[in-house]
Amino acid sequence: MAELLTLRLRVWRQESETAPGKLVDYHVDGISVDMSFLELLDVLNEQLIHKGDDPVEFDSDCREGICGTCGLVINGVAHGPLPGITCCQLHMRHFKDGDTITIEPWRSAAFPIIRDLVVDRDAFDRIIAAGGYVATNTGAAPDANALPIAKNDADLAMDASSCIGCGACVASCPNGSAALFVGAKISQYTFLPQGQPERRRRALRMVAQMDREGFGNCSNHAECEAVCPKDISISNIARMRREYLKASLLRE
Amino acid sequence: MKLNARVPGGPIQHKWEQHRFNMKLINPANKRRHHLVVVGTGLAGAAAAASLAELGYNVTNLCILDSPRRAHSIAAQGGINATKNYPNDGDSVWRLFYDTVKGGDYRSREANVYRLAELSSTIIDQCVAQGVPFAREYGGTLANRSFGGAQVSRTFYARGQTGQQLLLGAYGALMRQVDTGKVRLYPRREMLDLVLVDGKARGIVARNLLTGEIERYAGDAVILCTGGYGNVYYLSTNAVNCNVTAAWRCYRRGAYFANPCFTQIHPTCIPVAGEHQSKLTLMSESLRNDGRVWVPKEKGDSRPAPQIPEEDRDYFLERKYPAFGNLVPRDIASRSAKQVCDEGLGVGETGLSVYLDFADAIQRLGEEAIRDKYGNLFDMYERITGENPYQLPMRIYPAVHYTMGGLWVDYNLMSTIPGLHVLGEANFSDHGANRLGASALMQGLADGYFVIPYTIGDYLARTDLPEVSADSPEFEAISQEARQRLERLLSLKGSRTPRQFHRQLGHIMWEDVGMARNEKGLRHAMEAIRELRAQFWQDLKVPGSNDMLNKNLEMAGRIADYMELGELIARDALLRDESCGGHFREEHQTQEGEALRNDEDFAFAAAWEFTGVDQEPAIHKEHLDFEYVKLSQRSYE
Repeated sequence: MAELLTLRLRVWRQESETAPGKLVDYHVDGISVDMSFLELLDVLNEQLIHKGDDPVEFDSDCREGICGTCGLVINGVAHGPLPGITCCQLHMRHFKDGDTITIEPWRSAAFPIIRDLVVDRDAFDRIIAAGGYVATNTGAAPDANALPIAKNDADLAMDASSCIGCGACVASCPNGSAALFVGAKISQYTFLPQGQPERRRRALRMVAQMDREGFGNCSNHAECEAVCPKDISISNIARMRREYLKASLLRE
Repeated sequence: MKLNARVPGGPIQHKWEQHRFNMKLINPANKRRHHLVVVGTGLAGAAAAASLAELGYNVTNLCILDSPRRAHSIAAQGGINATKNYPNDGDSVWRLFYDTVKGGDYRSREANVYRLAELSSTIIDQCVAQGVPFAREYGGTLANRSFGGAQVSRTFYARGQTGQQLLLGAYGALMRQVDTGKVRLYPRREMLDLVLVDGKARGIVARNLLTGEIERYAGDAVILCTGGYGNVYYLSTNAVNCNVTAAWRCYRRGAYFANPCFTQIHPTCIPVAGEHQSKLTLMSESLRNDGRVWVPKEKGDSRPAPQIPEEDRDYFLERKYPAFGNLVPRDIASRSAKQVCDEGLGVGETGLSVYLDFADAIQRLGEEAIRDKYGNLFDMYERITGENPYQLPMRIYPAVHYTMGGLWVDYNLMSTIPGLHVLGEANFSDHGANRLGASALMQGLADGYFVIPYTIGDYLARTDLPEVSADSPEFEAISQEARQRLERLLSLKGSRTPRQFHRQLGHIMWEDVGMARNEKGLRHAMEAIRELRAQFWQDLKVPGSNDMLNKNLEMAGRIADYMELGELIARDALLRDESCGGHFREEHQTQEGEALRNDEDFAFAAAWEFTGVDQEPAIHKEHLDFEYVKLSQRSYE
């Protein structure tokens, strides 16, 4: 049989955005090292329901690290102790029997808590709506090979575009900045010819929306890069700044 | 009601073109007077909502998650097929059409498949224009690869994240329309029922997942893009929120459900580790290009894999299918793995897995070459299992991956309920009994970008659609029903959680309605599901209340529908007394264990009509003609 763990979980419980929240202790045992971290919470919840308590609400969907739905601060680190993964990809073999694990939601002024570990990340969608796309209508496209793109540029665009929009960058930033998220999206289109016509407008509008949402400014802590499950580089933030500056200076 | 697929006349290569001319148009000024409800924001839903809004329609778009960018289309890894023939290797619309009909084991509708192949190229153009960073050659042109055993390289890809990149493209287009105000986006809403007025789909009711409020959305037509139902098996590669409820509620309102037993099982998934397992993870089947599948020859051989000598190993795929070996199609590889495990030869702690061994490939090509090819998959495997596949063989087991069945639609993608259109995995039309690799993304986008924008106009132009208010008695009645159902789920106060029931149902489905089916097992499953369903409505325990974020309540509603769907899948599998594609009836196989089709009696789509929960549904058959692709038995020996 695989090894089983007994753990003490300290979980953030909060009934609503305005209700006060607190850390509540739970004891779980028989935790298989093959479980994922979210399956640990599944087990805790089954236990709570049987006891007649309310289960801990948390978001998750694909459980394979690509949808960006899950997001927990585990022992103070967004997505937990392992680099380059989301918390759904974290397995219990990275914990020891008897460990105490603290589990909290993303914390940021721009991500209000909905309940327990679930937060509202609609701000990200509103930033994308402000310009995170190429404005082309269905049906208007030329042949896909009509516009050659250097492999290196396509690869750089792909690096930036692999962001999953989870929000770990915001949660880990001392300023609650969304610069990595916005920088990645702006960067994707600066590498591509399709992104050029709206280049200035995109930078201005997305940055303005980011500010309106109440995200803080970037002051180069680089915490975001350290926790990003997709290893998005902070060079994207520098690029965003250049794009924004150029666009501001050249504004008609 | 007699099924009418409304396939236009004329030669297949002119059908869509002719049909586009014959369809009525709505002039631009009138489009803005129409209101459409699109449910779902995956590839099909986001593409449809964006494209319709661009045309000038007012669109209401519901999303079950917190953002459209998270829909499960995002998890597709491999790629998207298109007939560009950029590699100059002989691809054409005809060839993709032919491959898809044949791959679907002759259980799809030729005209729909032809149109899909015809539209495939335009999809790539569209996505590139959106800035989707597809893989490229050094010269700057798009790269292609061969996928899933295809003889031509027609698959476009963006690393192992093609679904993600295509979805982000469609999501961008959608958010642009949200910005213009043409799309009203409602995240964290779950459709709970369809509202019919004068026999036509005129809106939906949905639960606001944050407040529990039952909300009403009215429109001139409803476009359902809510994905597949693989989670009826409890464990599948689907995301945990994927569910059948939207489609099932439509079925209960009169939309026929077609070929529910056509489910696809993927052979190379990471095996179940224990009772706690909540979902399964797929690894690209490209692994079978270099991995060799085997189990020990002797039952109970507990030696670690590297210590089992060659003569004590059974490379069962290579033995049974010498010509194709480890590269036999998905269904054959899956069934063979289950068979050896059923015989007690499976490996790992649960005995429910087989080895996929790279030792030979590493010896032949070197570890570096293998790392280059499969490094990310090996890392993923090690992360999940804690075993290093460079040293120990991987362990794999099949898992439910995709559902070809779905709501029946005609050539215009309209269901048997006027005004209810169904797109993407939620419909049944294009993949027959088995879907080819890299074809799901193609279908979702074809339906959303290039089919529905035309066919919806024709429906609206031809249909008398008086103004309908969300305050009408029809909406009121359906809202009441939805509310009562939720209250009932909460009031049962039994002893078993939704997850416990789901797991039990999944067990029945996997054992008796899984990879290999037979009459006895199917009858047993139907009975067992009916029994479990009765227990569900007595012994369910749902925590919390309706007026809050309550994921267990959401789950309970979905499982209630699976309890009905499961029985229909078994019934459909029982009716289909033949083997075809992903549907394997043990009674019908060749001596080599291959699926034996019966075209004489079963060349039809089985469309089921709801008659009541504990009543036998009525069966309607759409006969499938194969005018262009000659019926032939496949063989992979």
